[in-house]
Amino acid sequence: MSNISAYFDNGATTKISDRALEAMLPFLREQYGNPSSIYTLGREAAKAISRAREQVALALNCEPGEIFFTGSGSEANNWILKSYGNIIMSEFEHHAVLHAVKSDSNITLLPVYDKGFVKVADLKAAITPETELVSVMFANNEIGTIQPIAEIGAACKEWREKGVLFHTDAVQAVGSVPIDVKAMNIDMLSLSAHKFHGPKGVGALYVRKAVQKSLSSFIQGGAQESGKRAGTENVAGIVGLGAALEEAVAGIDAKNAALLAKRERICSAVLALPKVRLNGDLQSRLAGNLNFSFAGIEGEALLLLLDMGGIAASSGSACTSGSLDPSHVLLALGLPHEIAHGSLRITMSRYTTDEEVDLLLAKLPLIVERLRTMSPIWNN
Amino acid sequence: MYTEQVMKHFANPQNVGELENADAIGEVGNARCGDIMKIYLKIEENVIKDVSFKTFGCGAAIATSSVATELIKGKTLEEALALSNKTVVQQLGGLPAPKLHCSVLAEQAVKAAIADYYRRQGVDPSLFVQIPEDDEHHCCGQGNNCG
Repeated sequence: MSNISAYFDNGATTKISDRALEAMLPFLREQYGNPSSIYTLGREAAKAISRAREQVALALNCEPGEIFFTGSGSEANNWILKSYGNIIMSEFEHHAVLHAVKSDSNITLLPVYDKGFVKVADLKAAITPETELVSVMFANNEIGTIQPIAEIGAACKEWREKGVLFHTDAVQAVGSVPIDVKAMNIDMLSLSAHKFHGPKGVGALYVRKAVQKSLSSFIQGGAQESGKRAGTENVAGIVGLGAALEEAVAGIDAKNAALLAKRERICSAVLALPKVRLNGDLQSRLAGNLNFSFAGIEGEALLLLLDMGGIAASSGSACTSGSLDPSHVLLALGLPHEIAHGSLRITMSRYTTDEEVDLLLAKLPLIVERLRTMSPIWNN
Repeated sequence: MYTEQVMKHFANPQNVGELENADAIGEVGNARCGDIMKIYLKIEENVIKDVSFKTFGCGAAIATSSVATELIKGKTLEEALALSNKTVVQQLGGLPAPKLHCSVLAEQAVKAAIADYYRRQGVDPSLFVQIPEDDEHHCCGQGNNCG
Protein backbone atom coordinates (compact mmCIF):
# COMPACT_ATOMS: atom_id res chain seq x y z
CA MET A 1 0.00 0.00 0.00
CA SER A 2 2.57 2.53 -1.01
CA ASN A 3 2.13 5.39 -3.43
CA ILE A 4 5.86 6.13 -3.53
CA SER A 5 7.06 6.28 -7.07
CA ALA A 6 10.33 8.09 -6.41
CA TYR A 7 12.41 7.37 -3.33
CA PHE A 8 14.95 10.03 -2.37
CA ASP A 9 15.42 9.18 1.29
CA ASN A 10 18.19 6.60 1.18
CA GLY A 11 19.94 8.46 3.98
CA ALA A 12 17.05 7.36 6.21
CA THR A 13 16.99 3.80 5.03
CA THR A 14 17.47 1.77 1.87
CA LYS A 15 15.62 -0.93 0.03
CA ILE A 16 16.89 -4.38 0.93
CA SER A 17 18.78 -6.03 -1.92
CA ASP A 18 17.52 -9.30 -3.39
CA ARG A 19 20.81 -10.96 -2.60
CA ALA A 20 20.71 -9.93 1.05
CA LEU A 21 17.11 -11.07 1.40
CA GLU A 22 17.76 -14.42 -0.28
CA ALA A 23 20.76 -14.99 1.99
CA MET A 24 18.61 -14.31 5.06
CA LEU A 25 15.54 -16.37 4.29
CA PRO A 26 16.92 -19.83 5.20
CA PHE A 27 17.81 -18.50 8.66
CA LEU A 28 14.24 -17.31 9.18
CA ARG A 29 12.88 -20.68 8.11
CA GLU A 30 14.56 -24.07 8.37
CA GLN A 31 17.99 -22.92 9.61
CA TYR A 32 16.63 -21.62 12.90
CA GLY A 33 19.36 -23.08 15.13
CA ASN A 34 20.95 -21.18 18.01
CA PRO A 35 24.59 -20.49 17.04
CA SER A 36 25.67 -21.43 20.58
CA SER A 37 24.26 -24.97 20.26
CA ILE A 38 26.62 -27.85 19.69
CA TYR A 39 24.55 -29.90 17.22
CA THR A 40 24.55 -29.48 13.46
CA LEU A 41 21.64 -27.00 13.26
CA GLY A 42 23.40 -24.69 15.70
CA ARG A 43 26.82 -25.14 14.13
CA GLU A 44 25.40 -24.17 10.73
CA ALA A 45 24.09 -20.93 12.19
CA ALA A 46 27.44 -20.24 13.86
CA LYS A 47 29.17 -20.89 10.56
CA ALA A 48 26.90 -18.40 8.80
CA ILE A 49 27.81 -15.74 11.37
CA SER A 50 31.51 -16.46 10.92
CA ARG A 51 31.12 -16.05 7.21
CA ALA A 52 29.35 -12.69 7.66
CA ARG A 53 32.12 -11.57 10.03
CA GLU A 54 34.63 -12.43 7.31
CA GLN A 55 32.64 -10.48 4.73
CA VAL A 56 32.65 -7.38 6.94
CA ALA A 57 36.35 -7.78 7.73
CA LEU A 58 37.15 -8.05 4.03
CA ALA A 59 35.12 -4.92 3.24
CA LEU A 60 36.90 -2.84 5.91
CA ASN A 61 40.36 -4.48 5.64
CA CYS A 62 40.51 -5.84 9.17
CA GLU A 63 40.39 -9.23 10.95
CA PRO A 64 37.10 -11.07 11.61
CA GLY A 65 37.96 -11.02 15.32
CA GLU A 66 37.77 -7.24 15.21
CA ILE A 67 34.07 -7.18 14.27
CA PHE A 68 31.29 -7.17 16.89
CA PHE A 69 27.72 -7.40 15.69
CA THR A 70 25.16 -5.09 17.35
CA GLY A 71 21.47 -4.34 17.07
CA SER A 72 21.99 -1.05 15.19
CA GLY A 73 24.46 1.66 14.28
CA SER A 74 23.17 3.69 17.22
CA GLU A 75 23.99 0.82 19.57
CA ALA A 76 27.52 0.62 18.18
CA ASN A 77 27.93 4.37 18.75
CA ASN A 78 26.48 4.20 22.26
CA TRP A 79 28.78 1.35 23.16
CA ILE A 80 31.83 3.46 22.32
CA LEU A 81 30.65 6.81 23.62
CA LYS A 82 29.63 5.37 26.99
CA SER A 83 32.99 3.64 27.42
CA TYR A 84 35.13 6.77 27.61
CA GLY A 85 35.10 10.08 29.46
CA ASN A 86 37.40 12.62 27.86
CA ILE A 87 36.12 12.99 24.32
CA ILE A 88 36.69 15.24 21.31
CA MET A 89 33.99 15.14 18.63
CA SER A 90 32.58 17.32 15.88
CA GLU A 91 29.62 19.54 16.64
CA PHE A 92 27.49 17.91 13.94
CA GLU A 93 27.79 14.27 14.95
CA HIS A 94 24.62 12.17 14.78
CA HIS A 95 22.53 12.30 17.94
CA ALA A 96 23.48 8.66 18.56
CA VAL A 97 26.96 10.06 19.29
CA LEU A 98 26.18 13.55 20.64
CA HIS A 99 23.50 12.36 23.04
CA ALA A 100 25.18 9.07 23.98
CA VAL A 101 27.93 10.58 26.14
CA LYS A 102 27.88 10.05 29.88
CA SER A 103 26.70 13.02 31.94
CA ASP A 104 30.08 13.39 33.64
CA SER A 105 32.10 13.17 30.43
CA ASN A 106 34.30 16.03 29.37
CA ILE A 107 33.40 16.90 25.78
CA THR A 108 35.24 19.14 23.34
CA LEU A 109 33.31 20.00 20.17
CA LEU A 110 35.16 20.75 16.94
CA PRO A 111 33.58 23.34 14.60
CA VAL A 112 32.66 22.30 11.06
CA TYR A 113 32.59 25.77 9.47
CA ASP A 114 30.33 26.88 6.64
CA LYS A 115 31.04 23.97 4.31
CA GLY A 116 30.70 21.22 6.90
CA PHE A 117 34.22 19.92 7.44
CA VAL A 118 36.30 19.38 10.56
CA LYS A 119 39.77 20.95 10.37
CA VAL A 120 42.56 18.61 11.38
CA ALA A 121 44.47 21.59 12.79
CA ASP A 122 41.60 22.19 15.24
CA LEU A 123 41.79 18.57 16.32
CA LYS A 124 45.55 18.71 16.80
CA ALA A 125 45.12 21.81 18.94
CA ALA A 126 42.43 20.12 21.02
CA ILE A 127 44.13 16.79 21.77
CA THR A 128 45.80 16.56 25.17
CA PRO A 129 47.37 13.65 27.08
CA GLU A 130 44.03 13.40 28.94
CA THR A 131 42.07 12.78 25.73
CA GLU A 132 40.65 9.26 25.66
CA LEU A 133 38.58 9.30 22.51
CA VAL A 134 38.27 11.23 19.27
CA SER A 135 34.96 10.57 17.51
CA VAL A 136 34.39 12.13 14.09
CA MET A 137 31.77 10.84 11.69
CA PHE A 138 32.99 9.52 8.36
CA ALA A 139 30.30 11.28 6.34
CA ASN A 140 27.59 13.58 7.62
CA ASN A 141 24.07 12.16 7.45
CA GLU A 142 22.38 15.38 6.34
CA ILE A 143 24.82 17.14 4.06
CA GLY A 144 26.99 14.19 3.05
CA THR A 145 30.34 15.88 3.59
CA ILE A 146 33.13 13.30 3.91
CA GLN A 147 35.48 14.20 6.73
CA PRO A 148 39.29 14.01 6.41
CA ILE A 149 39.30 10.62 8.14
CA ALA A 150 42.77 9.46 7.05
CA GLU A 151 44.30 12.73 8.27
CA ILE A 152 42.40 12.53 11.55
CA GLY A 153 43.53 8.92 11.92
CA ALA A 154 47.14 9.93 11.35
CA ALA A 155 46.87 12.76 13.89
CA CYS A 156 45.37 10.41 16.49
CA LYS A 157 48.00 7.77 15.81
CA GLU A 158 50.67 10.18 17.01
CA TRP A 159 48.91 10.11 20.39
CA ARG A 160 48.31 6.36 20.40
CA GLU A 161 50.90 5.70 23.09
CA LYS A 162 49.13 8.23 25.32
CA GLY A 163 45.98 6.17 24.95
CA VAL A 164 44.07 8.35 22.46
CA LEU A 165 41.61 6.29 20.42
CA PHE A 166 39.93 7.24 17.14
CA HIS A 167 36.32 6.20 16.53
CA THR A 168 34.32 7.06 13.44
CA ASP A 169 30.56 6.79 13.01
CA ALA A 170 30.63 5.48 9.45
CA VAL A 171 26.92 4.64 9.24
CA GLN A 172 26.39 6.86 6.18
CA ALA A 173 29.70 6.03 4.53
CA VAL A 174 30.03 2.23 4.66
CA GLY A 175 29.06 0.82 1.29
CA SER A 176 29.24 4.27 -0.31
CA VAL A 177 32.89 5.22 0.19
CA PRO A 178 35.93 2.91 0.04
CA ILE A 179 37.11 2.34 3.61
CA ASP A 180 40.36 0.81 4.82
CA VAL A 181 40.57 0.92 8.61
CA LYS A 182 44.27 0.00 8.60
CA ALA A 183 45.39 2.58 6.06
CA MET A 184 43.18 5.23 7.69
CA ASN A 185 44.37 4.38 11.23
CA ILE A 186 40.82 3.93 12.49
CA ASP A 187 40.63 2.27 15.92
CA MET A 188 36.85 1.85 16.03
CA LEU A 189 34.08 2.19 13.48
CA SER A 190 30.28 1.93 13.62
CA LEU A 191 28.10 0.74 10.74
CA SER A 192 24.47 -0.13 10.09
CA ALA A 193 23.15 -2.71 7.61
CA HIS A 194 19.99 -0.93 6.48
CA LYS A 195 21.97 2.00 5.10
CA PHE A 196 23.58 -0.22 2.45
CA HIS A 197 20.62 -2.36 1.35
CA GLY A 198 20.79 -4.78 4.25
CA PRO A 199 18.07 -5.41 6.85
CA LYS A 200 17.08 -3.11 9.71
CA GLY A 201 17.91 -4.03 13.30
CA VAL A 202 21.52 -5.03 12.81
CA GLY A 203 24.78 -3.12 12.90
CA ALA A 204 28.41 -3.74 13.67
CA LEU A 205 31.30 -2.24 15.53
CA TYR A 206 34.89 -2.66 14.40
CA VAL A 207 37.42 -2.49 17.23
CA ARG A 208 41.13 -2.81 16.52
CA LYS A 209 42.52 -5.90 18.27
CA ALA A 210 45.09 -4.02 20.33
CA VAL A 211 42.50 -1.73 21.91
CA GLN A 212 39.79 -4.31 22.63
CA LYS A 213 40.94 -4.61 26.23
CA SER A 214 39.88 -1.02 26.92
CA LEU A 215 36.34 -1.72 25.73
CA SER A 216 33.85 -2.82 28.37
CA SER A 217 31.12 -5.40 27.77
CA PHE A 218 27.98 -3.67 26.54
CA ILE A 219 25.47 -6.36 27.41
CA GLN A 220 26.20 -8.94 30.11
CA GLY A 221 25.02 -12.51 29.79
CA GLY A 222 26.24 -15.25 27.49
CA ALA A 223 29.51 -15.53 25.63
CA GLN A 224 28.30 -14.13 22.31
CA GLU A 225 30.50 -11.60 20.50
CA SER A 226 33.57 -12.57 22.58
CA GLY A 227 31.56 -12.02 25.76
CA LYS A 228 31.24 -8.31 25.07
CA ARG A 229 27.72 -8.21 23.66
CA ALA A 230 25.57 -10.99 25.06
CA GLY A 231 22.29 -12.18 23.60
CA THR A 232 21.43 -14.80 21.02
CA GLU A 233 22.56 -13.46 17.69
CA ASN A 234 20.21 -12.04 15.07
CA VAL A 235 21.44 -14.71 12.68
CA ALA A 236 19.36 -13.76 9.65
CA GLY A 237 20.14 -10.07 10.18
CA ILE A 238 23.86 -10.68 10.49
CA VAL A 239 23.84 -12.87 7.39
CA GLY A 240 21.93 -10.15 5.53
CA LEU A 241 24.42 -7.52 6.70
CA GLY A 242 27.38 -9.54 5.43
CA ALA A 243 25.79 -10.26 2.07
CA ALA A 244 24.65 -6.67 1.58
CA LEU A 245 28.04 -5.23 2.46
CA GLU A 246 29.89 -7.60 0.14
CA GLU A 247 27.55 -6.55 -2.65
CA ALA A 248 27.76 -2.82 -1.81
CA VAL A 249 31.55 -2.57 -1.86
CA ALA A 250 31.89 -4.48 -5.15
CA GLY A 251 32.38 -2.03 -8.01
CA ILE A 252 31.85 0.94 -5.70
CA ASP A 253 33.60 3.40 -8.03
CA ALA A 254 31.36 2.59 -11.00
CA LYS A 255 28.26 2.90 -8.82
CA ASN A 256 29.42 6.26 -7.53
CA ALA A 257 30.11 7.49 -11.05
CA ALA A 258 26.51 6.67 -12.00
CA LEU A 259 25.26 8.44 -8.87
CA LEU A 260 27.39 11.51 -9.57
CA ALA A 261 25.81 11.89 -13.02
CA LYS A 262 22.34 11.90 -11.44
CA ARG A 263 23.48 14.21 -8.66
CA GLU A 264 24.87 16.69 -11.16
CA ARG A 265 21.60 16.68 -13.11
CA ILE A 266 19.55 17.41 -9.99
CA CYS A 267 22.00 19.92 -8.63
CA SER A 268 22.19 22.08 -11.74
CA ALA A 269 18.41 22.04 -12.22
CA VAL A 270 17.64 22.95 -8.60
CA LEU A 271 20.32 25.63 -8.34
CA ALA A 272 18.79 27.28 -11.41
CA LEU A 273 15.74 28.12 -9.25
CA PRO A 274 15.82 31.52 -7.52
CA LYS A 275 17.18 31.83 -3.98
CA VAL A 276 18.27 28.26 -3.43
CA ARG A 277 21.33 27.35 -1.44
CA LEU A 278 23.29 24.12 -1.60
CA ASN A 279 24.24 23.10 1.94
CA GLY A 280 27.68 21.58 2.37
CA ASP A 281 30.17 21.26 -0.43
CA LEU A 282 30.19 19.40 -3.73
CA GLN A 283 33.78 18.32 -3.21
CA SER A 284 34.32 15.40 -0.85
CA ARG A 285 30.64 14.54 -0.52
CA LEU A 286 28.67 11.30 -0.67
CA ALA A 287 27.79 10.73 -4.31
CA GLY A 288 24.12 10.17 -3.49
CA ASN A 289 23.59 13.19 -1.24
CA LEU A 290 22.23 16.66 -1.94
CA ASN A 291 20.87 19.17 0.56
CA PHE A 292 19.23 22.45 -0.40
CA SER A 293 17.60 25.34 1.42
CA PHE A 294 14.79 27.25 -0.28
CA ALA A 295 14.19 30.79 0.95
CA GLY A 296 10.62 31.60 1.96
CA ILE A 297 9.26 28.09 2.49
CA GLU A 298 9.12 25.56 5.27
CA GLY A 299 10.43 22.02 4.91
CA GLU A 300 7.53 19.99 6.23
CA ALA A 301 5.08 21.62 3.82
CA LEU A 302 7.55 20.88 1.04
CA LEU A 303 7.79 17.21 2.04
CA LEU A 304 4.00 16.83 2.23
CA LEU A 305 3.52 18.23 -1.26
CA LEU A 306 6.34 16.09 -2.63
CA ASP A 307 4.69 13.07 -1.02
CA MET A 308 1.40 13.93 -2.72
CA GLY A 309 3.39 13.90 -5.94
CA GLY A 310 4.75 10.43 -5.15
CA ILE A 311 8.18 11.60 -4.01
CA ALA A 312 9.78 10.66 -0.67
CA ALA A 313 12.51 12.91 0.75
CA SER A 314 13.45 14.48 4.07
CA SER A 315 14.08 17.85 5.67
CA GLY A 316 16.02 19.44 8.49
CA SER A 317 13.00 21.49 9.47
CA ALA A 318 12.09 21.47 13.17
CA CYS A 319 8.68 20.14 12.15
CA THR A 320 10.24 16.90 11.06
CA SER A 321 13.01 16.70 13.64
CA GLY A 322 10.72 16.44 16.65
CA SER A 323 12.49 19.25 18.47
CA LEU A 324 12.17 23.00 18.85
CA ASP A 325 15.03 23.86 16.61
CA PRO A 326 15.78 22.97 13.03
CA SER A 327 18.60 20.54 12.28
CA HIS A 328 21.69 20.97 14.46
CA VAL A 329 23.75 20.10 11.40
CA LEU A 330 22.46 23.05 9.38
CA LEU A 331 22.74 25.38 12.36
CA ALA A 332 26.36 24.21 12.81
CA LEU A 333 27.05 25.48 9.28
CA GLY A 334 25.90 28.90 10.45
CA LEU A 335 22.57 28.90 8.60
CA PRO A 336 19.90 31.21 10.04
CA HIS A 337 16.91 29.36 11.52
CA GLU A 338 14.50 30.44 8.80
CA ILE A 339 16.77 29.08 6.07
CA ALA A 340 17.37 25.84 7.97
CA HIS A 341 13.58 25.40 8.26
CA GLY A 342 13.37 25.40 4.46
CA SER A 343 15.80 22.58 3.82
CA LEU A 344 15.39 19.51 1.65
CA ARG A 345 17.64 16.45 1.75
CA ILE A 346 17.76 14.28 -1.34
CA THR A 347 19.58 10.97 -0.93
CA MET A 348 19.96 8.42 -3.71
CA SER A 349 21.15 4.82 -3.92
CA ARG A 350 22.30 2.49 -6.67
CA TYR A 351 18.63 1.67 -7.25
CA THR A 352 17.70 5.28 -8.03
CA THR A 353 16.57 5.53 -11.64
CA ASP A 354 16.64 8.33 -14.21
CA GLU A 355 12.83 8.19 -14.21
CA GLU A 356 12.80 8.99 -10.51
CA VAL A 357 15.10 11.95 -11.16
CA ASP A 358 12.77 13.06 -13.98
CA LEU A 359 9.78 12.99 -11.63
CA LEU A 360 11.62 14.99 -8.98
CA LEU A 361 12.77 17.62 -11.43
CA ALA A 362 9.28 17.89 -12.93
CA LYS A 363 7.54 18.37 -9.58
CA LEU A 364 9.97 20.16 -7.30
CA PRO A 365 10.09 23.56 -9.06
CA LEU A 366 6.27 23.74 -9.16
CA ILE A 367 5.97 22.84 -5.49
CA VAL A 368 8.58 25.40 -4.46
CA GLU A 369 6.80 28.04 -6.54
CA ARG A 370 3.42 27.11 -5.07
CA LEU A 371 4.62 27.40 -1.47
CA ARG A 372 6.42 30.64 -2.18
CA THR A 373 3.26 32.12 -3.71
CA MET A 374 1.50 31.64 -0.40
CA SER A 375 4.45 32.74 1.74
CA PRO A 376 4.34 36.18 3.40
CA ILE A 377 8.12 36.31 3.56
CA TRP A 378 8.69 35.63 -0.13
CA ASN A 379 8.81 38.57 -2.50
CA ASN A 380 10.46 37.79 -5.75
CA MET B 1 -0.10 12.06 11.73
CA TYR B 2 -2.52 14.59 10.20
CA THR B 3 -6.28 14.05 9.88
CA GLU B 4 -7.99 13.92 6.51
CA GLN B 5 -9.42 17.40 7.09
CA VAL B 6 -5.95 18.83 7.72
CA MET B 7 -4.63 17.23 4.55
CA LYS B 8 -7.65 18.47 2.60
CA HIS B 9 -7.05 22.06 3.68
CA PHE B 10 -3.32 21.74 3.18
CA ALA B 11 -3.69 20.32 -0.32
CA ASN B 12 -6.39 22.76 -1.31
CA PRO B 13 -6.20 25.79 0.98
CA GLN B 14 -9.03 28.32 0.81
CA ASN B 15 -8.60 32.11 0.58
CA VAL B 16 -4.89 32.10 -0.29
CA GLY B 17 -3.23 35.31 -1.41
CA GLU B 18 -3.28 39.05 -0.77
CA LEU B 19 -6.34 41.30 -0.88
CA GLU B 20 -5.89 44.49 -2.83
CA ASN B 21 -6.86 47.55 -0.83
CA ALA B 22 -7.31 45.49 2.31
CA ASP B 23 -8.92 47.37 5.17
CA ALA B 24 -6.77 45.55 7.68
CA ILE B 25 -3.74 43.28 7.81
CA GLY B 26 -2.56 41.22 10.75
CA GLU B 27 0.70 39.31 10.97
CA VAL B 28 1.86 36.96 13.73
CA GLY B 29 4.67 34.45 14.22
CA ASN B 30 8.28 34.76 13.21
CA ALA B 31 10.62 33.17 10.73
CA ARG B 32 12.99 31.92 13.40
CA CYS B 33 10.26 29.64 14.72
CA GLY B 34 9.36 28.63 11.20
CA ASP B 35 5.85 30.00 10.91
CA ILE B 36 4.35 33.36 10.01
CA MET B 37 0.67 34.00 9.27
CA LYS B 38 -0.61 37.11 7.60
CA ILE B 39 -4.35 37.76 7.28
CA TYR B 40 -5.97 40.37 5.03
CA LEU B 41 -9.51 41.68 5.63
CA LYS B 42 -12.07 43.62 3.63
CA ILE B 43 -14.60 45.04 6.06
CA GLU B 44 -17.92 46.73 5.32
CA GLU B 45 -20.29 47.89 8.01
CA ASN B 46 -18.64 45.82 10.71
CA VAL B 47 -18.81 42.65 8.59
CA ILE B 48 -15.86 40.75 7.10
CA LYS B 49 -16.75 40.81 3.41
CA ASP B 50 -13.58 39.14 2.27
CA VAL B 51 -10.54 37.55 3.82
CA SER B 52 -7.32 36.00 2.60
CA PHE B 53 -4.07 34.74 4.04
CA LYS B 54 -0.43 34.13 3.34
CA THR B 55 1.42 31.64 5.51
CA PHE B 56 5.00 30.51 5.84
CA GLY B 57 4.96 27.29 7.79
CA CYS B 58 4.24 23.60 8.07
CA GLY B 59 1.18 21.67 6.88
CA ALA B 60 -0.74 22.44 10.06
CA ALA B 61 0.04 26.16 9.82
CA ILE B 62 -1.35 26.29 6.29
CA ALA B 63 -4.42 24.21 7.19
CA THR B 64 -5.27 26.28 10.29
CA SER B 65 -4.91 29.50 8.26
CA SER B 66 -7.29 28.13 5.66
CA VAL B 67 -9.89 27.05 8.23
CA ALA B 68 -9.67 30.27 10.22
CA THR B 69 -10.31 32.39 7.13
CA GLU B 70 -13.30 30.22 6.21
CA LEU B 71 -14.72 30.55 9.72
CA ILE B 72 -14.62 34.35 9.81
CA LYS B 73 -15.76 35.12 6.27
CA GLY B 74 -19.11 36.94 6.37
CA LYS B 75 -18.97 37.26 10.14
CA THR B 76 -19.18 40.45 12.21
CA LEU B 77 -16.00 41.66 13.87
CA GLU B 78 -17.38 40.61 17.25
CA GLU B 79 -18.07 37.11 15.95
CA ALA B 80 -14.61 36.90 14.41
CA LEU B 81 -13.00 38.07 17.64
CA ALA B 82 -14.77 35.23 19.43
CA LEU B 83 -13.05 32.65 17.22
CA SER B 84 -10.96 30.40 19.43
CA ASN B 85 -8.18 28.06 18.47
CA LYS B 86 -10.29 25.18 19.82
CA THR B 87 -12.88 25.78 17.13
CA VAL B 88 -10.12 25.69 14.51
CA VAL B 89 -8.84 22.41 15.93
CA GLN B 90 -12.35 20.93 15.98
CA GLN B 91 -12.93 21.89 12.36
CA LEU B 92 -9.76 20.02 11.45
CA GLY B 93 -10.74 16.91 13.39
CA GLY B 94 -7.80 17.46 15.75
CA LEU B 95 -4.13 18.34 15.48
CA PRO B 96 -1.07 16.49 16.76
CA ALA B 97 -0.07 17.98 20.15
CA PRO B 98 3.11 19.63 18.89
CA LYS B 99 1.04 21.39 16.20
CA LEU B 100 -1.63 22.84 18.48
CA HIS B 101 0.19 26.14 18.56
CA CYS B 102 -0.55 26.54 14.84
CA SER B 103 -4.22 26.88 15.78
CA VAL B 104 -3.30 29.46 18.41
CA LEU B 105 -1.37 31.33 15.76
CA ALA B 106 -4.42 31.32 13.46
CA GLU B 107 -6.61 32.76 16.23
CA GLN B 108 -3.98 35.40 16.94
CA ALA B 109 -3.65 36.32 13.28
CA VAL B 110 -7.40 37.03 13.09
CA LYS B 111 -7.21 39.16 16.24
CA ALA B 112 -4.14 41.01 14.98
CA ALA B 113 -5.92 41.86 11.72
CA ILE B 114 -9.00 43.14 13.53
CA ALA B 115 -6.80 45.16 15.88
CA ASP B 116 -5.21 46.70 12.81
CA TYR B 117 -8.66 47.62 11.55
CA TYR B 118 -9.56 49.42 14.76
CA ARG B 119 -6.24 51.20 14.75
CA ARG B 120 -6.83 52.42 11.21
CA GLN B 121 -10.26 53.70 12.35
CA GLY B 122 -8.57 55.70 15.09
CA VAL B 123 -9.91 53.40 17.78
CA ASP B 124 -7.74 51.96 20.51
CA PRO B 125 -7.85 48.22 19.68
CA SER B 126 -7.12 47.19 23.24
CA LEU B 127 -10.71 48.18 24.07
CA PHE B 128 -11.93 45.24 21.95
CA VAL B 129 -9.07 42.92 21.24
CA GLN B 130 -6.66 41.10 23.45
CA ILE B 131 -3.51 41.93 21.52
CA PRO B 132 -1.40 38.84 20.89
CA GLU B 133 1.74 38.79 22.94
CA ASP B 134 5.21 38.67 21.51
CA ASP B 135 5.33 35.92 18.94
CA GLU B 136 8.35 34.09 20.25
CA HIS B 137 6.43 32.34 23.01
CA HIS B 138 4.87 29.82 20.71
CA CYS B 139 8.08 28.20 19.62
CA CYS B 140 10.50 29.08 22.34
CA GLY B 141 8.63 28.56 25.57
CA GLN B 142 5.88 26.00 25.52
CA GLY B 143 7.56 22.90 24.26
CA ASN B 144 5.79 23.23 20.96
CA ASN B 145 7.74 22.23 17.95
CA CYS B 146 6.11 23.14 14.71
CA GLY B 147 8.92 24.14 12.41
